[in-house]
Order: sequence, then C-alpha cells, then structure tokens
Amino acid sequence: MSKVEMTVNGRTVSAEVEDRTLLVNFLRENLNLTGTHVGCDTSQCGACVVHVDGKAVKSCTMLAAQASGSEITTIEGLAAGGELHPVQAAFREHHGLQCGFCTPGMIMAATDMINRYGGKLDEKTVRAELDGNICRCTGYHNIVKAILAAAEEMSGSAKVAAE
Amino acid sequence: MYETHYHRAGSVDEATKLMADAEGGKYVAGGQTLIPTMKQRLAAPDSLIDLRHIADLKGVTVNGKDVRIGAGTPHAEVAGSTQLQAVCPGICYLAGHIGDPHVRHMGTIGGSIANNDPAADYPSAMLALDATIHTSKREISAGDFFIGMFETALEEDEIVTAVSFTAPDKCAYSKFPNPASRYAMAGVFVAKSGDGVRVGVTGAGMDGVFRWEEAEAALASDFSAAALDGLSVNAGDMLEDMHGSSEYRANLVKVMAKRAVAAIS
Repeated sequence: MSKVEMTVNGRTVSAEVEDRTLLVNFLRENLNLTGTHVGCDTSQCGACVVHVDGKAVKSCTMLAAQASGSEITTIEGLAAGGELHPVQAAFREHHGLQCGFCTPGMIMAATDMINRYGGKLDEKTVRAELDGNICRCTGYHNIVKAILAAAEEMSGSAKVAAE
Repeated sequence: MYETHYHRAGSVDEATKLMADAEGGKYVAGGQTLIPTMKQRLAAPDSLIDLRHIADLKGVTVNGKDVRIGAGTPHAEVAGSTQLQAVCPGICYLAGHIGDPHVRHMGTIGGSIANNDPAADYPSAMLALDATIHTSKREISAGDFFIGMFETALEEDEIVTAVSFTAPDKCAYSKFPNPASRYAMAGVFVAKSGDGVRVGVTGAGMDGVFRWEEAEAALASDFSAAALDGLSVNAGDMLEDMHGSSEYRANLVKVMAKRAVAAIS
C-alpha cells in the first residue's frame, strides 16, 4: 500500500491504495468520478483519457502512484459550474456522439488537441490526432466537426466573425 | 496485474540503489509498454522504480550539429522541439508518429530503446544516426547496444541516461504502420552525411532492428530511390506473423527505404 495525493479537478485528494492501482480505477472507485471510462483496457481506445499536469494521458496505462503529486483534470472538471465547456457544447451541437461511451475520452483528447494547436487545427490534423481514440458509433464525422467548431470558438475567431 | 511495490527515484543514483535493494525490480519510465504488459501478466516485477521524476534525464540539447536527448524526454517533446527540427527533422517526424498523442505524452526515448521492441521506431534512428547511448555506467555505440529482439547490452541495474549523435546532412524516416496497432510493420531511417549513408530498419527483422548495409553502399554512390531497385533484403531473416509474411515484410523494407530516400533526395 502507498499513500497517494493529487489534485483532481481542483480538489486535493489522498488515499492509501495498493501500488498496482491504476489511475483510472483510483478515479472511478476511490473518488467516484465515473465519467472516465474503461473501454479496451489495453491502451488503445482512449475512453480513459484524462489530463495529467495539463497533458492528455491514458489513465488505464498509468498507476495512481505514478500520478501522485500531479494535477489531474477529468471530464467532470471541464465545465465551469452549470455551463458546458465549449468542447462539450460543440459535441452536443454537432451531435458528436451516439452511445456516448467514448465521449469523455474524446472530449479530453479534443481539449488537449485544441490547447496544443490553438486555432490552427484543420480536418486532416484532427483526424490524425484522434489516432488514440476509438468510436464505434459515429464514423467520426460529427466528432471531427465538433472539434473544429470548438477550436474556432475557443480561438476567438467565431466572435470576431460575429461582430 | 500482480501485486508490485512502487518506488519513486529522485536521481539516477537513488534509482540504482533502489534497484539494488529490490528483488526482481524493473525500471519504469513512461510505462507505455511496461504497464500494459503487467496488466496482461506477461511481466510481474516485484518492484517498480519510477524514473519519470528525475530532472537530469529530461530535455533536448542542440549545439551546432551535436544533439543530446535526455532518456526521460517524452516523444511529444522530441517531436515538437524546434531546435531539433532545424538540424535533424527526421527524428522529430519519427517521434511524432509513435503510438498516439496520449502515448507520446508519457513514453520516453530511453524506455523505447531500453525495451528494444522489434517494432519500436527509435532503434532504427539510433543505428542510422550512429548514436551513442549514455548509461549510468558507460557509453555504448548504438551498433553494440541493440543485441536482438527485446535484448540490449544493458545490465539489470543499468539505466539509459541520454542518447547523443551528430546531426546528419539529411535524414528521413518512413514507416508502414500496422493499420490496427500502429506499430511499424517496417520502418526505415535513412541518414546521409559526409561519412556516407546509414540505413536502419525496424519492425521487420527477426532479430529486431538492423542496418541494411547493401543499401547503404548503393546509396553512397548514387543517392536516389532508383539505386535500391535491384536490391532486396533476405526474406528468410524477416518476421512472419498473422499481419504479414516474411516476403511481404522484405518488400515493405525496400518500399519504405525508397520512400525515405525520395523524401530527401
């Protein structure tokens, strides 16, 4: 057993966990943050993506102990109060989901991607950057549309165009 | 995953000491191979010694043509280094095509070469760039470092601390990724410098990464994709599995080599 301590969605949390505890299990089972999903459990599908110190990481491929001392953001930490994060709003607007299982990972991956590329995302880049996230429903078209729309919104170009 | 004991090292010396005290310990850097392997119970180290928080192992330094990459530098940082892009764009391209964005945030160059997966990308670049592998004990040339499939010259408690090389005049990497796993079915790194041409091949060889010396000689006298037309690697030395026959891989090696050469000639 080890003591792990980290900041999750702005809140400091600590617990005694088995050293082999995966970060995703710590989030889901110790903190009841079940928005982060376990899809494949073999590091391929990306349903478990969270941000660790500001970077998208597969939480099924990292021990909670490895993440001790880090700042974690999960899907539950994205929205500000009752208002959806622009990426969440864009997924709703553009119907970027069907069953919704991959959605938390998709949105965390999308947010990371937009943080890194800013307004410079194009369709080809979005599709390449989604390499680590699998969706079995949508065929990706609406996910890509939602990400491009959110990127535009977040870079401020939408506002400029509206004025 | 079987039970394990996690230890975080703050320095290379501390990591070595933790390893000496552990029974059946393993170093973990980004953990993007080791953690999944442990989850499948294909590895069950009693202790994990985490190298990810050792500041000395991180970062890219470029001095003229001299390049040094700390072993703990994640793929995303190598891919995005503007300094490195200016002198050796091939290695940035390679790093930017390992796994997926999330894996690239965690996985490190040191972990990749220490594991020496036969389909890992970095080993081909290390051979083609004639890199030096720096460890906690010594310096090893890439040619002596990679021994066979998942085998390196590293001793049990030895830690890769950095890699260094002289940037070539031109270089490029071309890989054919498995459509499902994105691992290289064949990946070829070509580096051209005043000393000649070196060609490193990953993903295809039965004994892991190798240099295609016949291609190097042909390219030294005529640096063009056409110079490889009459050559072939021996299919008998290539991997064969459900994803492709050894003949298929032998052909892929040639096609990837030609694409890499075409990209820089």
